[in-house]
Amino acid sequence: MNTTTLFFQLFQNMLVLLAAPLLLGWVNNCRAWMQGRSAAGIFQPYRSLAKLFHKDAVLAHNASPLFRHTPYLLFVSMWLAAAMVPVLAIDLPLSAAVDVIALVGIFALARVFIALAAMDIGTSFGTLGARREMLISFLAEPALLMVFFTASMIAHSTSLTTIVETLAHKQFVIHPSLAFAGIAFLMVLLAENARIPVDNPSTHLELTMIHEAMILEYSARHLALIEWASAIKLFAYITIGIALFLPFGIAEAGNWGALPFALVILALKLAAAGFGLALLESVSAKLRIFRAPEYLGTAFLLAVLGILTLNLLKV
Amino acid sequence: MTLAQQLINLFAALLLLISFAMLSQRRVLTLINLFAWQGLILAISAAVVAWTSHQHHLYYSAGLTLLLKVLVLPWLLHRLIRKLQIKWDVETLFNIPTTMLIGIVMVVFAFNLALPISALSATVTKSTLGIALACVLLSFMMMITRRKAVPQVIGFLAMENGLFFAATSATYGMPMVVELGIALDVLVGTFIFGIFFFHIRETFDSLDIKHMEKLKED
Amino acid sequence: MEILWLLGIPLAGGLLLALFGGKRYAAELNSLTSFATFAASAVLTLKIISGGPMTAFNEQFFIDPFNVFLVALTAFVGFTTSLFSRPYMRIEEHHGKLSHNMLRLYHSMYQLFSFTMLLALTTNNMGILWVAMEAATLTTVLLVSLYRTPASLEAAWKYFILCGVGIAQALFGTILLYFAAEKVLGAGGTALLWTHLNAVKTDLEPTVLSLAFVFLLVGYGTKVGLAPLHNWLPDAHAEGPTPISAVLSGLLLNVALYAVVRSKVLVDGALETHFAGNLMMGFGLLSVVMAAFFLSRQKDIKRLFAYSSIEHMGLMTFAFGMGGAVATFAALLHMTVHCLTKSAIFYAVGHAAQNSGTQIMDSIRGLIKTSPTIGWGLILGTLAILGMPPFGVFASEFLIITTAMHEHSWATPFLLVALGVAFAAIFGKVQPMVFGETESLRLPHPPALLPVFVHLGLVLLLGLYIPPYLADWYRQAAALLG
Repeated sequence: MNTTTLFFQLFQNMLVLLAAPLLLGWVNNCRAWMQGRSAAGIFQPYRSLAKLFHKDAVLAHNASPLFRHTPYLLFVSMWLAAAMVPVLAIDLPLSAAVDVIALVGIFALARVFIALAAMDIGTSFGTLGARREMLISFLAEPALLMVFFTASMIAHSTSLTTIVETLAHKQFVIHPSLAFAGIAFLMVLLAENARIPVDNPSTHLELTMIHEAMILEYSARHLALIEWASAIKLFAYITIGIALFLPFGIAEAGNWGALPFALVILALKLAAAGFGLALLESVSAKLRIFRAPEYLGTAFLLAVLGILTLNLLKV
Repeated sequence: MTLAQQLINLFAALLLLISFAMLSQRRVLTLINLFAWQGLILAISAAVVAWTSHQHHLYYSAGLTLLLKVLVLPWLLHRLIRKLQIKWDVETLFNIPTTMLIGIVMVVFAFNLALPISALSATVTKSTLGIALACVLLSFMMMITRRKAVPQVIGFLAMENGLFFAATSATYGMPMVVELGIALDVLVGTFIFGIFFFHIRETFDSLDIKHMEKLKED
Repeated sequence: MEILWLLGIPLAGGLLLALFGGKRYAAELNSLTSFATFAASAVLTLKIISGGPMTAFNEQFFIDPFNVFLVALTAFVGFTTSLFSRPYMRIEEHHGKLSHNMLRLYHSMYQLFSFTMLLALTTNNMGILWVAMEAATLTTVLLVSLYRTPASLEAAWKYFILCGVGIAQALFGTILLYFAAEKVLGAGGTALLWTHLNAVKTDLEPTVLSLAFVFLLVGYGTKVGLAPLHNWLPDAHAEGPTPISAVLSGLLLNVALYAVVRSKVLVDGALETHFAGNLMMGFGLLSVVMAAFFLSRQKDIKRLFAYSSIEHMGLMTFAFGMGGAVATFAALLHMTVHCLTKSAIFYAVGHAAQNSGTQIMDSIRGLIKTSPTIGWGLILGTLAILGMPPFGVFASEFLIITTAMHEHSWATPFLLVALGVAFAAIFGKVQPMVFGETESLRLPHPPALLPVFVHLGLVLLLGLYIPPYLADWYRQAAALLG
């Protein structure tokens, strides 16, 4: 590990940290435009975070240390996950650790803690949200794993770096299996990030909310950290999607010349992905919660079909 | 792998996807459209196979497929559901995830069944035989799970599509005279099904085949 | 040339009757067409007997002693059934059960059905065989639902869906067959010709062929009515018009079995094992046993005999599965006598049910008093189908069982028990129908049941004495099938 690659790693870490709210702002903005509302500006998430950080935190009397520590844990694990994904360049120092299964594990860890914290206070909404979240994630996780396995089988490795390298530098081949996996991944992304059609990020309607129900008891800096972590999670998911399905134009660590190009490409991809996400959310309606298993079952099915076609067609 | 081969694989994967979509689709109208799409993909893939393998008779079968399964049959079905006023019919399907899981098991089964055969095949499309067989089994399953007459028939037609694809991928299609015969049978069959729908509706006031489960050994 | 007549007459008749089928003279026209078909088949048969197997029209048609015997049988029973159907359908019309349009459909489809069966029998192309079998389903499905009652619609729907699914499996089997053939014979139209396949059968890929046979057996087996794929058969027989029950039982099942046997010859050649035979024996035995035990639970007379058909088709499948000269000979003989007897029974049953106004056995009593011809026809037919000597069924069943004792002794108890149970069930139900007490008066006009007695007479003849040319003919066919 030399200093250049280390710098690349640090640069990427800071980038995901700072760019994540921007991406969220961009998605919200696009959504507002499409729905004919006046947008709050793409920097609105920063302002919200700043506001929350300046407030005094209020905690329930019976809150345990778990409740207080969860936001930090959540934030750190999301940051770690996002930092591991080859966003800008491959062969980063952390990339030795970027196994796709480990990545799923990190997401699972964060989920367990937020669910526990949600039940910690003992309000009915928190418990309800936690249970729903568990329902969703226990269905989404296998689908996500299957998506990763499809890509791993093409690259013959579960290391995300190797996968990206293989896919980005191979000659162009149509992979029907990756198309299946891509759709499945998109569906999982929507579910895991509490977007429409599974959850609605901008509502507190108690009958339907999932993610918001879990964090109802948080305030001020705790809430800010959780919101920020959510933004990073969305960023991480989108970059994983980019890494798996559109890895073209990624730089190699230490290659200064390629960095600006990779940055521009990344910005364009992110912008497009955010726009697409907003479009999807605008044209689809939220599913009833009991339909969610069906939705995620479809995602799982598609991912498995991806693996199966891969096995049969060898592409 | 050549581009044609990749394309054929892509079409095969799409066919499989459509089969699953049909399995889980509740709306009759969408089902018919899916069937038309399936036919279209079938026709294109047959044309690609014809182009890459220089089998000219396959162009005719592709044309026949296009005519019959993309234009005539969907048109007939559309007309039928309009006349029967079930255009917006929505079927209640129970337990779609379970159906899907069974579907996946079927796909695995079909793939394994097809493996020894495709190993012997010399066509560029040999690896798609498993998918073709999977489509057949999935349509078969669709017929079993449906409780209404029209979707059952669409399942039947989709099964024939799967068989056509199997013929294309294993052997570059059956001899022309046989294909013409099969096409004729399918067309006549659809007509008869259409007549049937009206008879069933007239007698039972519904196209739900749950009314037709009286003949049983007790 | 004879083939052209054989196929052309029913096809033209079907088209003609589609126009004039509702007229007064339609039934006569129907019989006339069937008779002409029978005459053509007779000419063809004579030609084959004297000249041996032949192909025609660029090898698209192939006639050998095996199928020409079925062609003759099919055309003959088609003709006698048309004779039976003339008064029968007329009475149905008088009862107001049928309209002119329905009769037109009936007559037209009757001829087209004959056409598809004859095409299936004579074609040399395994693909066309499939097409013809499917077409046979298509032509009969609207006949099963001819009365438009809820039950008949249900039966027809079941028939359509089950046979459609079944026959789709057979298409996959045919595709696999073509796939194997194409490697040896090259692509194109000749690779599905049975004669060509038969010539190179030892070179065909065994794995593919065994898989193909499984699909073909399941597919065509559905139409044969083999358990557990038989569900459509009792319903279709019970709810359709009786002439259709007669031709379904007597002819269509035979034709479907013919398709299975043709496939078996190819598979046996390729595999050089008893795989196909074992499968057929298994399915056949299962059908015999299953049908025998269902017989005692039947209340409807036509359902009863439909299950009896399943039993006998199972027996034939079993016999063909055993293979060898004697068993195949017995199976062919059984095919003939079962076809003749069962259609005769359905004629008698048709009249009995028509006169009593019901198909429920408990409501039909004392036929011997109300109408001696029907009564005697039914009881003699029943005795014949149950394998009583001296009828032909006895001879064929005896041959099958003795062969089974020699070669597959494990199967004998199953067969004997099943036949015993079937005997008890059918005889116990038919006897009171014929000889029971009744209040009804004697029918004013005895119905014309000539076809019943002609058939039963033939069956009796075959039981007492098989003419040498016929025996020779069976032996030739048996030799062809190996």
